Amino acid sequence: MSTPKDFLAVVDSDARKTPRRIAFITKRTSPQVRVKDEDRVMTYPEVFFRATVAIETLAIALVITALLWDAPLEGLADPMHTPNPAKAPWYFLGLQEMLHYFPPVVAGVLVPGLVVMALIIIPYFNINIEAEGMWVKDKARRLRIFGIVVVLFCIFLAVFHVWVALVPTLIMAALMYMAAQTDPQTATGYRRSLVSKPLSFWIMTWFLFELVVLTVIGTFFRGPGWSWVLPWKGAL
Amino acid sequence: MANTLDQLVDQVRENRIWRSIFRSGTGESNLHKSLFVQQNVFLHLFSIKARKRTLEFSATWYLGALTFGTFMILVITGVLLMLYYHPSVPQAYADMKDLQYVVSSGVFLRNLHRWSAHAMVFLVFAHMFKVFYRGAYRTPREFNWIIGVVLLLVTLLLSYTGYLLPWDQLAFWAVTVGSNIASAVPLMGAKIRFLMLGGTAVNANALLRFYVLHCVILPLAAILFIAVHFWRIRKDGGIYAGDHSSEGSNQ
Repeated sequence: MSTPKDFLAVVDSDARKTPRRIAFITKRTSPQVRVKDEDRVMTYPEVFFRATVAIETLAIALVITALLWDAPLEGLADPMHTPNPAKAPWYFLGLQEMLHYFPPVVAGVLVPGLVVMALIIIPYFNINIEAEGMWVKDKARRLRIFGIVVVLFCIFLAVFHVWVALVPTLIMAALMYMAAQTDPQTATGYRRSLVSKPLSFWIMTWFLFELVVLTVIGTFFRGPGWSWVLPWKGAL
Repeated sequence: MANTLDQLVDQVRENRIWRSIFRSGTGESNLHKSLFVQQNVFLHLFSIKARKRTLEFSATWYLGALTFGTFMILVITGVLLMLYYHPSVPQAYADMKDLQYVVSSGVFLRNLHRWSAHAMVFLVFAHMFKVFYRGAYRTPREFNWIIGVVLLLVTLLLSYTGYLLPWDQLAFWAVTVGSNIASAVPLMGAKIRFLMLGGTAVNANALLRFYVLHCVILPLAAILFIAVHFWRIRKDGGIYAGDHSSEGSNQ
């Protein structure tokens, strides 16, 4: 018997769904069911296609950049002739800016070491999985600790004349204080969202703020002898 | 026309040799699509299905994929640049000039490598902060966050070691500034600096060390950790979808 070619057998491989979970609800557990079925798509081709489009868009942008702007190339390396200022790559200029204020063991070893340690600790530090707002509980005590830490840290920065790090710190402290003074029940918009932020959010945002400020200053506003310059004007 | 092309493609894909390499076979069913991913040594790092919400642009901004994209561009352009480069003093600098004036598209190759490197450093940072603000680092993804921190450091080291290779003033003094920081480490600072540079100053030995690190050791480390990073996404229940209520439906 010949096989007829004019029909196609299609097996819907989705016929067998993801196994259902059955929850036994005992007396002491809440019967609230939070897991819901979600729309899923096949990784091939859907996800790979999107990732490829994203990567190709970036590749085109980089190719255009490479066609329009040349990579810098200065004269042959000369150990006898130090350029002023001698700058590290841009992603280290935040550190180099710190090096201007602190001894190398602090700015070059302690600070980056602590940053890496902090980054590793982050997922374990955030113990309450609900990521509860910093000022939701125990506000008076937390405000006291917060005040002491901020004042001590600002004195430390002022002693070393690190105004460039002090200003972002004060701005962040002001935002945190504002969040503490906001009533979560009546607040709206961004103030409401600030109230709900946990401590890890504030530390990371402060770090990002400092990183951007110090890197931008080191890259654009520092000239000979690490003095202040304006990028469009030269030395001040 | 399209029909004959389809037939041709199907014929190739049903061919015995093709089937011996790619076993998923022809067909459009979800089973075939699953096998396509599952039976490929590289693709099987990824899960077969993904939650639709995680593909929205706002979920990730595709920063991880874009970082990987820059890494691939860097490997390709980097291997091509190696063909024209000698890690010796002062030949390294002469090779830069050759890239500029002698090698076809040499300037373009170097430009693309350099701008992609800057883009990769920036994207790695952006990816990290995006993951943080999404809260995607929390249980069960803690370990993958740490792998990410390692990859951040590997990326910075890759960029830093590559910075010396042109052997121009910019390269020499940037690395001198950096290596002086290493000597500030208490007790063994001078030893670390000596190990790093292969001498007491940035010289030909340092160039060779940075070259080996930049072209062999660090890329291999990066590939290894990227593989673990991708694989852990699948093992940790796919890309973070935005709230913990959906976490129960892990694969």
